[in-house]
Amino acid sequence: MRRNYPEKPDKVYFMGTCLADMLYAEAGLAGIRLMEREGVKVIYPRDQTCCGQPAFNSGFQEEALEVVLHLIHCFPKAYPIVVPSGSCGAMMVRHYPELFEGHPLEQKAIEFSSRIFELSEFLHHVLKISLKDQGVPVKVTWHTSCHAKRELGLGDEAKQLVKQLENVELKELEREDECCGFGGTFSVKQPMISGEMVLDKCSDVLKTGSDYLLSGDCGCLMNIQGSLEKQQSRVQSMHFASFLWERTRGS
Amino acid sequence: MDNPCLKRVFTKLPEKRWVMFLDSGELETLRNLAGGIRRDTVSRLPDLLEELEPNCQQNGIQVHWAQTTEEANSIVLNIARKADAKLAVKGKSMVSEEMELNHFLAENGIEALESDLGEYIIQVDHELPSHIIMPAIHKNREEISEVFQKKVAPAKKSDTAEEMTETARQVLRDKFRRAELGISGVNFAVAETGTLCLVENEGNGRFCTTMPRVHVALMGIEKVVGKLEDLPPLLTVLTRSATGQPITTYFNMISSPRQDGEKDGPEEVHLVLLDNGRSRMYEDELLRDTLLCIRCGACMNHCPVYTRIGGHAYQSVYPGPIGKILTPQLEGIDTAGYLADASSLCGACVEACPVKIPITDILLKLRHKKAQSKKEHHWTELEGAKNLFEKITWKGWKFAFSQPWFYRMQASILSRTAQFLPDQLPMLRSWSRFRMVPRFSEKPLHQLVEEAGIAEE
Ligand code: SF4
Repeated sequence: MRRNYPEKPDKVYFMGTCLADMLYAEAGLAGIRLMEREGVKVIYPRDQTCCGQPAFNSGFQEEALEVVLHLIHCFPKAYPIVVPSGSCGAMMVRHYPELFEGHPLEQKAIEFSSRIFELSEFLHHVLKISLKDQGVPVKVTWHTSCHAKRELGLGDEAKQLVKQLENVELKELEREDECCGFGGTFSVKQPMISGEMVLDKCSDVLKTGSDYLLSGDCGCLMNIQGSLEKQQSRVQSMHFASFLWERTRGS
Repeated sequence: MDNPCLKRVFTKLPEKRWVMFLDSGELETLRNLAGGIRRDTVSRLPDLLEELEPNCQQNGIQVHWAQTTEEANSIVLNIARKADAKLAVKGKSMVSEEMELNHFLAENGIEALESDLGEYIIQVDHELPSHIIMPAIHKNREEISEVFQKKVAPAKKSDTAEEMTETARQVLRDKFRRAELGISGVNFAVAETGTLCLVENEGNGRFCTTMPRVHVALMGIEKVVGKLEDLPPLLTVLTRSATGQPITTYFNMISSPRQDGEKDGPEEVHLVLLDNGRSRMYEDELLRDTLLCIRCGACMNHCPVYTRIGGHAYQSVYPGPIGKILTPQLEGIDTAGYLADASSLCGACVEACPVKIPITDILLKLRHKKAQSKKEHHWTELEGAKNLFEKITWKGWKFAFSQPWFYRMQASILSRTAQFLPDQLPMLRSWSRFRMVPRFSEKPLHQLVEEAGIAEE
């Protein structure tokens, strides 16, 4: 457990992230539904855009700062902010305080940071959800996001949630926490190295014989899914929120 | 890029290291202890160096300061000339690689022979080290055997590791006897006692520092520690992280030249302290952490990039994660800043580092410095154009992502058009070589929530 978690709140904000917004919209909505089902009111500020990570990680901190300034104004009230992506969560929790060092809004940024929760940790530790599986038996495997694990300090929260599903068999990857090679602009700046990394990740996935590859990070997911599809693999890539919601929505 | 030798070794090495640290609680305690000692030491670097110098001198060790590698080289050359040396035997020293000392001495008529087996192999084969602990790790046994057959002892059978070691031993023993100068690195220098410590496995370091009449120890200024009692924790994490050994085979503590009545040891001991940009790193609170490094190599063994491309690809003395943060600072951000880009920021190195260097944070800071750099004069046109392109891209990004109306418009256009983008566009080409172009959602999330009636505030 990475920190002290609050009691279950009445309301939460949802910070969809730009990748989920554009590429994994269903996963975003599934995350919202999973929380609503627990009786929590979810608020989605319409003006939100991006956590600033792409520019920040490329060394363009001034550009990142401007986007972040816009973002934090979208979440004015003191509700927890839930994010369906480990690496965006890590950006907001770990790097905002340093990005704002000496800035007039430093305190506000720190306060914003302290309200950020990644979706799986929020579902597991705060809402303590229990899931009733309605689906047919399947095998899944799980890829850990580097930033969720090493920057945010998350453990196996998402896997715990998946394990609640009766008909789902979780097959562990041999090198679950090895980077999938995405790394934002790394994937286009160092295409050959990144390519080899994602191919290795895919063969690890294929070795498990799983039907689904699940992850909690839209960047990793886009990368691994893209490569699996290029190889015309039958393994389906899915955000864990979509998976959990799809299998339990009837309940 | 696909070197099976590397892959095999680097699956084994991390495993070996983990066996050493089975208890993750113990590992954390040790890392905190060792990291704490290094952090404390480096924060007092100027004071400790001032303490080290007179204490070494009192022990009879002559201390020399070098601002640059050129200065360090000429200091070594002067010592060698005074000693009338034609042959120097060397223990493993990364600082000497930084100085390109062998090359420099050769130009000046002095042969410098590597005596660490791995270094010896690559020296004979005219290569550079590909790893800071295992310099010849990129070669397999057959390749090394071939080097021995062709370049060391054609008449001898050198198939097995034992045979090759035996051959090298015979060649080197003779050189040890003849060399006038011994050159070594330093793992730790203890300020309070003026003691130089050397960690090694082959015994060659002991030979280099005792047989020749004159011993020169080369050290980066950051290798100082305060007290003798700081050593055990650092040694423990160093050997376990480096080679998965609980303890090293040889630990040499050099506290003076040969004393009256002693049977061996050099008549002169010199310590060359090299700065080469280190005091610049010291100035910045975060970059300073680069100096905590104890050169164990664990970050390389755990790095998904290094283990795929090998050490030579970095084209710098220090490869792997530590090289990515060290080299741009040694050589300058404009010359070597590109190394900071060769990382997915996965943080496996940070997790492995026994002294907890925040390598990814330092990479981010270096990327920021590089983005701000205005010195573009030495760039080729292509590099200049790429850099300009990147700057413009992020300016555009900033606009698009801080104006919600523009952002929404772009998202909805992309969701309808992205599937028609030709995957041969410059950026997409690199991506689509290994992957399909990302599929955009039919409707972006902000539209879905609108339709689903999710609250707005
Ligand atoms: S950065 Fe850390 S892991 Fe890498 S060589 Fe230095 S001490 Fe070892």
